[in-house]
Amino acid sequence: MDFMDNDKVLLLDKLLNTFGPSGNEEDVSKIIEKEIESHVDEIHRDAMGNLIAFKKGKGKKIMISAHMDEIGLIITHIDQNGFLRFSNIGGVSHSLSNGQRVQFKNGTIGFISNEHLDEKEDLKLEKLFIDIGVSNKEEAENKVSIGDVVSFYGPLVINNNRGFSKAMDNRISCFVLIEIIKRIKNNNNNIYFVFTVQEELGIRGAKTSAYRINPDLGIAVDVTKTGDTPKAQLMEVSLGNGPAIKILDASIICHPKVKELLISTAIEFNIPYQLEVLEKGGTDAGAIHLTRDGIPTGAVSIPTRYIHSPGEMVDFEDVKNAIQLLIKFLEKEIN
Amino acid sequence: MLLKKLTEAIGVSGGEHEVRSVIVKEITDKVDHMYIDKIGNIIAYKKGNKNPNKRVMLSAHMDEVGLIVVNIEDSGLIKFKSVGGIDPRVLLSKIVYIGENFISGVIGTKAIHLQEIEERKKALKIKDLYIDIGTSNKEETENLINIGDYIAFNSKYIEFGNNLIKAKALDDRVGCAILIEMLDKEYDFSLYTIFTVQEEVGLRGAKVAAFHVNPDIALVVEGTTCSDVPGTESHEYATRLGEGPAISIMDAASYSDKDIAKTLYQIGIDNNIPVQYKKTTFGGNDSGAIHLTKEGIRTGAISIPCRYIHSPSSVMNKNDYYNCIKIINLFLEKIEGEDFHGFHG
Amino acid sequence: MLIENILEKLSNVSGVSGSEIKASSLIDEIFKKTCDKVKIDALGNIIALKSGNNRTNNRKIMIAAHMDEIGLMVKNIDKSGFLQFINVGGIDERTLLAQEVIVHGKNDIFGIIGAKPPHLQKKEEQNKSTRMEDLYIDIGLSEKDARKQISIGDFITINRSFTYLKGKSVSGKALDNRAGIAAIIQCMKELKYIKHYLDVYFVATVQEEVGLRGATTSSFNIIPDIGIAIDVGHGRTPDLAKEDTIELGKGPAIALGANIHPKIYKRLVDIAKEYNIPYQIEVNPSSSGTDAWAIQVTQSGVPTGLLSIPLRYMHTSVELANINDIKLTGRLLALFIASINDTDLEEWLCY
Repeated sequence: MDFMDNDKVLLLDKLLNTFGPSGNEEDVSKIIEKEIESHVDEIHRDAMGNLIAFKKGKGKKIMISAHMDEIGLIITHIDQNGFLRFSNIGGVSHSLSNGQRVQFKNGTIGFISNEHLDEKEDLKLEKLFIDIGVSNKEEAENKVSIGDVVSFYGPLVINNNRGFSKAMDNRISCFVLIEIIKRIKNNNNNIYFVFTVQEELGIRGAKTSAYRINPDLGIAVDVTKTGDTPKAQLMEVSLGNGPAIKILDASIICHPKVKELLISTAIEFNIPYQLEVLEKGGTDAGAIHLTRDGIPTGAVSIPTRYIHSPGEMVDFEDVKNAIQLLIKFLEKEIN
Repeated sequence: MLLKKLTEAIGVSGGEHEVRSVIVKEITDKVDHMYIDKIGNIIAYKKGNKNPNKRVMLSAHMDEVGLIVVNIEDSGLIKFKSVGGIDPRVLLSKIVYIGENFISGVIGTKAIHLQEIEERKKALKIKDLYIDIGTSNKEETENLINIGDYIAFNSKYIEFGNNLIKAKALDDRVGCAILIEMLDKEYDFSLYTIFTVQEEVGLRGAKVAAFHVNPDIALVVEGTTCSDVPGTESHEYATRLGEGPAISIMDAASYSDKDIAKTLYQIGIDNNIPVQYKKTTFGGNDSGAIHLTKEGIRTGAISIPCRYIHSPSSVMNKNDYYNCIKIINLFLEKIEGEDFHGFHG
Repeated sequence: MLIENILEKLSNVSGVSGSEIKASSLIDEIFKKTCDKVKIDALGNIIALKSGNNRTNNRKIMIAAHMDEIGLMVKNIDKSGFLQFINVGGIDERTLLAQEVIVHGKNDIFGIIGAKPPHLQKKEEQNKSTRMEDLYIDIGLSEKDARKQISIGDFITINRSFTYLKGKSVSGKALDNRAGIAAIIQCMKELKYIKHYLDVYFVATVQEEVGLRGATTSSFNIIPDIGIAIDVGHGRTPDLAKEDTIELGKGPAIALGANIHPKIYKRLVDIAKEYNIPYQIEVNPSSSGTDAWAIQVTQSGVPTGLLSIPLRYMHTSVELANINDIKLTGRLLALFIASINDTDLEEWLCY
């Protein structure tokens, strides 16, 4: 456990704990800003809330992004008895929601349960509700309002060198970016570190921030799923075998030169890596590469089990190697 | 009457000519400059009296859902497809207008006497339907109708019940009407009103118009689902008729700017104007395209509740219309007065 | 070289979405023969400029045909050396069983797509088509040897040779949309002898099959005054409805609908009538599903048109087209471009 020392654990815990479902990333962005402001040349927040940090250098413009938002739920209705109805923010499945605890920004905690159903297959989000333990509508309205948002409840647990928590997707990548910002030297490139918003709603923050920056090259850092759990869908990526260099997902076929440069960097510096082919799912890279007249873009992913659940699990060896890989990549002279 | 003129005009997505001319006529004298862009959007501009560099954009779409002629059979009957989302079940037994000459036709179906019992229970699909214009063969029809002609519902504007209006295309001629009324006033900031095309087939016009205008702040005025009817649970209503304009929080295409949404709602509360939040999150409108333009535009949406939306007989409450205008007026005044938080990006 | 021979080369070369490089080199070579400037952009689109005669106006028309084809990608190499794969673009998985494939690894490796033998399947299984997850590619190597030649992420194409059928019909893989590329090449040939004022940007786009991606970025770069896409449309067979299809041998289909500027549609029809080019009409109520959909909403909007070449059995490896339809598409396009010489674009395209 040399890598995740006390300071790092505290930082990761703070990032994971901070309230930040899509569209409500303000608190997360403030925490990140505080962590990085003394290590970058400029910081700026745009109209959508993306946090853009710039480290000056002498070469090409690189944009590296990690999204700050997590999945959640949005309250759409408060009934006469104080029960709350909701809709999803991002990819939330009814099966993973039922029976979960959720928390509001103001600290109120609730519990999700379901209407009685004749057929188990009929379960969907509309048949679920949140109970915050009040007796009527008025009491509920004292604590929460329509339009309020909740995140799932799942505090960080660390066993050996693995940790699981809600919001590993994608605070672990924000953590990675913060570490890179603190440790990177030799600025051969002008690097824009972008902490994006609303990725879970359709890679939205990346669209507008990439338009503004118009980089020569883009890298997205996100999580990817693994194929190493019992009877899992076939996938070559597994926990502990290194960061995954993305080849393809539903939103992008990574630029071969960027992919190859990432691979050769890994080989050059003896960093373990895996190759990722993801059938469903997309990342900020999907938005970046189609900006303006096209941007060569690639992605590095942290292998993660149980994505979009309150128990997303990573191996810190992969995290350490991802940071290492990206630092070495960004320190190179790109052409 | 403005809303009558607008809803009775024809303008299916991709064929908005008639409604575009109606709107152009209405607004020519009210604006400093107006032009029609490369895919048919109307972009109108009123220069600001004090701060012309502060740019506010109001948006409503001109197009309505409808049908399009795809084939003429040997019998003279016409096969069609839908343009935009239409539940095929609302098409049965309706009268339509086809093409630029507004040829009348009927969407008929097999008489009930001739149906098998199981048939009565099954919903027909669009490919099973056809339009009859009264001709006897293909040639006769081809003299009057072309492949690709647009088809709109024949549905008159009618006031009924307790302050209610029934018409086709309330989505979004009601928004167009409100925008036209907004043009009667003068403002400190520069006001762009865009009347967009092809919203119903993918928010197409708005994407292009917003790229061109690139305002500081945008507000979309829409007609939206209202399902406060038997068979729906109250938390599924989306909006309620007569309870004021509905402020969007989030839908499938965008998460409304929180300040804008809150301000609109609060204006209703503070001034005793009926107002509600839109409570469902499915569907989308032009704000989905507008807010992601270039470096991002702060966008909100306010909508008139419409029952039976996307059918020939959509229904709205007049009071919701007047209250919507009141709230938008106060909102625009607020933008004029304050340095609206984060206004300058 | 005859158009059918060019098409044969284009069909046989591999170029799956995201890895169009081999197809791209071939097309680049051909474009360079007639165009003044040819460049390749960040995503791999080939943008070839054939300058017009009237330099003062600088009006641009963009003609786009996608060069990518659908294919497969290696997802996993199992312990026995069999390869599992995913779809890139929309291959009909029912057409995969017992197909020969080429896996484009360090070298081109031959393989066969197999599944559980029928006599070992349960009765219910036999009536269902095999799902992609249950299929695998047999390259006849052990895992160790397989990993020497092949990596996760390698692209796979169907092993199919172009075939000349009766009449002017031809069949092969990737006619969607190498037929469109062939039509563009035909247009280039005809434009050599016709005076045109417009600057013509011929673009062989990438990644259309996975989301019109190449068209999105290349049109942003060019910002054309007019954009025309050339793609394929569903060829009629007895099991398909008239309103969903166009006929082989009856010429290009001129598209109509929300995706198309009505004046561009009309001009294409008028030119076809004037020069006696057989044509058909294709109605797209909303999206045409082609590069035209992406081009139309570029920046402040682009007036667009679309010509579709009739193609049977789309997205299989035995796609079937008629050479005459392809030639006529190229000709119609060239005559359309020339017809704009004395046209005031603003006035003509005004709504």
